Amino acid sequence: MKKEYGQGTGQPDISVNLGGLSMKNPVAVASGTFGYGFEYEDFIDISGIGGVIVKGTTLEPRPGNPPPRIAETPAGMLNAIGLENPGVDVFLNEYLPVLREKGVTVILNIAGNTVEEYARLAAKLKGHPGIAGVELNISCPNVKEGGLQFGTDPVMVKTVVEAIKAECSLPIIPKLSPNVTDIVAIAQAAQEGGADALAMINTLMGMAVDIRTKRPVLGNVFGGLSGPAIKPVALRMIYQVYREIDLPILGGGGIMNFTDALEFILVGASAVSIGTGNFVNPCLADEIVDGLIEYMQENQIAKLTDLVGAAAV
Amino acid sequence: MSFLAKGRVLKNQQLADDLYELEFLAPQIALKCHPGKFMQIRVSEQDDPLLRRPLSLYDVDVDSGSISLLYKVVGQGTRIMTSFKPDDTIDVMGPLGNGFTMPNYPLNAILVGGGVGIAPLMYLARWLILLDCQVKVLYGANTAGELVASDRFSRLGVELEVATLDGSAGYHGPVTDLLKDQDPHEVDSFYTCGPEMMMAEVAEYVACNYLWGECSLEEHMACGVGACLGCARKLKPADVDYVKICKDGPVFNVQAVEFMMGR
Repeated sequence: MKKEYGQGTGQPDISVNLGGLSMKNPVAVASGTFGYGFEYEDFIDISGIGGVIVKGTTLEPRPGNPPPRIAETPAGMLNAIGLENPGVDVFLNEYLPVLREKGVTVILNIAGNTVEEYARLAAKLKGHPGIAGVELNISCPNVKEGGLQFGTDPVMVKTVVEAIKAECSLPIIPKLSPNVTDIVAIAQAAQEGGADALAMINTLMGMAVDIRTKRPVLGNVFGGLSGPAIKPVALRMIYQVYREIDLPILGGGGIMNFTDALEFILVGASAVSIGTGNFVNPCLADEIVDGLIEYMQENQIAKLTDLVGAAAV
Repeated sequence: MSFLAKGRVLKNQQLADDLYELEFLAPQIALKCHPGKFMQIRVSEQDDPLLRRPLSLYDVDVDSGSISLLYKVVGQGTRIMTSFKPDDTIDVMGPLGNGFTMPNYPLNAILVGGGVGIAPLMYLARWLILLDCQVKVLYGANTAGELVASDRFSRLGVELEVATLDGSAGYHGPVTDLLKDQDPHEVDSFYTCGPEMMMAEVAEYVACNYLWGECSLEEHMACGVGACLGCARKLKPADVDYVKICKDGPVFNVQAVEFMMGR
């Protein structure tokens, strides 16, 4: 069943303008947790999702990390996939046209090892309609050569955002790493570089050990922690950035239901992203939209924007 | 086509020390089941443990809409599953993955299963019998008490040979020793699931006798639909690409796999 929401239908207004990226509802699915959307079509109408942030895409194909790539942890999981993807050309020529045909709000997540690589990636997007926005993976903790440095050094964050803005007119959304001492300084640098919005947070770097083999569980040794375990960290960081930086925030980190999503909106997220929760419940994005609408109707809130940052004291 | 559904538990029976059979009603899913595919079961409505547990189809009754899974308690998730009771509602997703290849004509098949790896071979045997195949099952376990699927195989009418490592039932030794007694000219295809050391011996027999065979692999999974790329494996060390056990498998041609002896 297809549902229409919006002004004039008696429904609260849940559309979002995320720094120029127009979303029909505030719930996106996070990069790396939803493939290219096709994988979940048996379970959810992917054209109804606020934004499908596709798998992290690089200039050249990447095979990914050796297994094991995932490990379950208390109320969460670690992953070290290693940016396995077929490369930007395959995405643009094979996947994007199909997604566009289906009317999916596509947000492309791009990752590079150097500033030049990011700029070349961004330049490639010209002439390919159907991309609503670009999320910058400057915080993937799994790629040894550069990934972490970009996201943890304010100067590098500013440089890479500037380089991409020079090549690409789409809304640019850097995804911030939580593995930093001062998240506000990083957000500030992204803003100075010309970011249109911020996505936060990426995974927290962690590890797991197998006591039988006396070895790290993950083939990559370290991996990114996600799931409900990281929700309090995500809320705190979004709260900090919302109070200091004037950019819309796409917030996520362990969202498992609509009340979680509401918490993120109340601390300052204009929209939310569902990551690990998709693995547990592939219909979660729809259920959260329904929950938010019901909540707004019950509490007579006309616009979602009235709730954004309401918890900031 | 796969579905997310609420299944009503019909039974959750302990069959041996750590082996259980879970049967639930999910008619929509049952209609789409195929041997070798698997289900993703949510074990807890709480968020810990977080991920679903992938379990292959043990048996399916399309008429009643019931699906059976055979599982072994190996950790926190499967331990929680043992508390499912009749009439409980459980959150199930499936059927997922690529199942076994079905023959186009009646053939002679040998199914080799070890331990809880026998699970997907039961539903496979049911289909092969429906296709008028001659089915022989070589079934191995540690002890007689762990041969929990024997009676059901007998009811299906397949030829069954069992082996136990402790000699408490059937042949005393590994089930793959029973391969020596088979006539390779009398068999067309092999299907196997169980410890990789066992499947490796089946693969070698298949290769040496110019036969055809499929195996079902196991891996920790998150999404189960090919989105997260978590259950990656190189089928052979020299391969460039990783397959995803959930989506490219869990069933693969035995000759495409280099088995890992510790698993």
